Amino acid sequence: MSTIKGKVWKYGDDINTDVIFPGKYTYTVSDPAELARHAMEDLDPDFAGKVQKGDVVVAGTNFGCGSSREQAASCLVAAGVGAVIAKSFSRIFFRNAINWGLPALQCPAAVDALQAGQAVTVDLERGCIEAGGQSWKFPELPAEVQGILTSGGLIPYLRAKYQKNA
Amino acid sequence: MGKTFAEKIMAAKSGRRAVSASDIVTVKPDFVMSHDNSAAISKTFRGIGVDRVVCPEKVVIILDHCVPAASDKYANNHKVVREFVAEMGIENFFDINAGICHQVLPEQGFACPGELILGSDSHTTTYGAFGAFAAGIGRSEAAAIWATGELWLRVPETHRIEIGGRLPAGVTAKDVILSIIGQLGADGVLYKAVEFTGSAIDEMSLAGRMVLANMTVEMGGKIGYMTPNEETLTFVRSRSSRDFDVVTSDPDAEYERVIRYAAADFVPTLSCPHTVDNTAPVTDKAGTPFHQAVLGTCTNGRLEDLGLAARILKGRRISRRVRLLVFPASQEVYRDAMRQGILADLAEAGAVIMNSGCGPCLGAHEGVLADGEVCLSTANRNFKGRMGNPNSEVYLASPATVAASVLTGLITDPREFFQGGGR
Repeated sequence: MSTIKGKVWKYGDDINTDVIFPGKYTYTVSDPAELARHAMEDLDPDFAGKVQKGDVVVAGTNFGCGSSREQAASCLVAAGVGAVIAKSFSRIFFRNAINWGLPALQCPAAVDALQAGQAVTVDLERGCIEAGGQSWKFPELPAEVQGILTSGGLIPYLRAKYQKNA
Repeated sequence: MGKTFAEKIMAAKSGRRAVSASDIVTVKPDFVMSHDNSAAISKTFRGIGVDRVVCPEKVVIILDHCVPAASDKYANNHKVVREFVAEMGIENFFDINAGICHQVLPEQGFACPGELILGSDSHTTTYGAFGAFAAGIGRSEAAAIWATGELWLRVPETHRIEIGGRLPAGVTAKDVILSIIGQLGADGVLYKAVEFTGSAIDEMSLAGRMVLANMTVEMGGKIGYMTPNEETLTFVRSRSSRDFDVVTSDPDAEYERVIRYAAADFVPTLSCPHTVDNTAPVTDKAGTPFHQAVLGTCTNGRLEDLGLAARILKGRRISRRVRLLVFPASQEVYRDAMRQGILADLAEAGAVIMNSGCGPCLGAHEGVLADGEVCLSTANRNFKGRMGNPNSEVYLASPATVAASVLTGLITDPREFFQGGGR
């Protein structure tokens, strides 16, 4: 979990939740394998068939804008995406990603430099992104957010908390 | 230094004396709203390892996204919700005969000034029109509140949007917010609280205020709120018996940004395919043909909106080239519009009157578009594939623009119908 290695899938600004996970599936699709099959369906039809575990989605500003649908994050997790790096995130997508244990990292310099298909490594403990001999630091996430992320998401975090208290 | 509305509410709901923008706080919301997604939330909730919903009186569930069920999957989904609310003793449950969550929740008295409402729907921002702090959250977060009664939030910085003066005839709140989103961009107020002020806001109808708050999320805002005016307070008092305090920003509160507009400068505005911030004056696109029009949704399905459209369409016929679907925001709106003859006027003009619900707005049913079709809609999103087909296009507009346009089947400036006053 602390180190993510994969290749870059690069997209532009304002990637919205309707193209990440179409609304027509939001109440009928819940199986992870099926979620994964529809990931990025209306943005990049090649994505779902070719993405591999540990790959990293790289995008511009306001990634995940639009609906609160959590599947925009969970379909990426189901598809094997290890992290999303963006110039900025839509607020609800950011929360959903953290709540699904998907690191959502804000790092504009890395976004500008990273190329589609390039091999990239994300080191969550050291707080840095490495690719092609270059390295970028990303800002530390707040402690509350870190706790949820390292537990693998909000639900595992709460489950552990209740088991501890029981 | 004084405090903003957002800082005051976040302090009150987290039990702290004072908080400042960028603080992370754990808050106890007054209400948590969810809709058809409550079935998925209930499954997540059961995964937490807690037997009972800790705060059933704070849970509000409204079925609206695909009502009545369009398929066995949707039907089973609704069934899970009905069984869950019965098991957990959730009294604030509204079945398919209530309407769209963002209209029903205030109608049922769950949105009072100074309250904190979180909802697993991005347009939860709508309740900012009532002076509440209202923000969208995810499904897992709704499950977490059901289990614990609380959630972490970041205290947002505040941007103030001040609109002075009077809107020209034929120009509505929808034109104002589309135009502002076009100018500021889809991430123009990302993660920020937006406070709408100014004489145009003071005088704006509650329905219009709800449009501004509803669509604040389309420019990235966490909340979009305004100090309740007299019409709003009268509405709230008629719907709720709870005590409430109107919370306002201090005069010396710190705003990250203040943006000023003159109401007189706004014109009928569209969002063009495929993003909300891709805006243009209606005059730039006048004459563009379309196939379907949608009047309604949580943005523009209120009595004022339907009445405005009916005023234009009464005694006329819509073009044979287009279909007009009408979705009242709630069954209460539906009944009021029926009593006032508004639905009759619309139906006689050729509209199809649908039941209250989200309808085709998110592409689930009741008016999904065909390949190559264009829709002119009063909804709040026009992303590619939004109305169920990535090979279609959606323009967003005011109810006045939609009504003026269905007469010809071509996008039309509605101001010609407002000569001699009226708004």
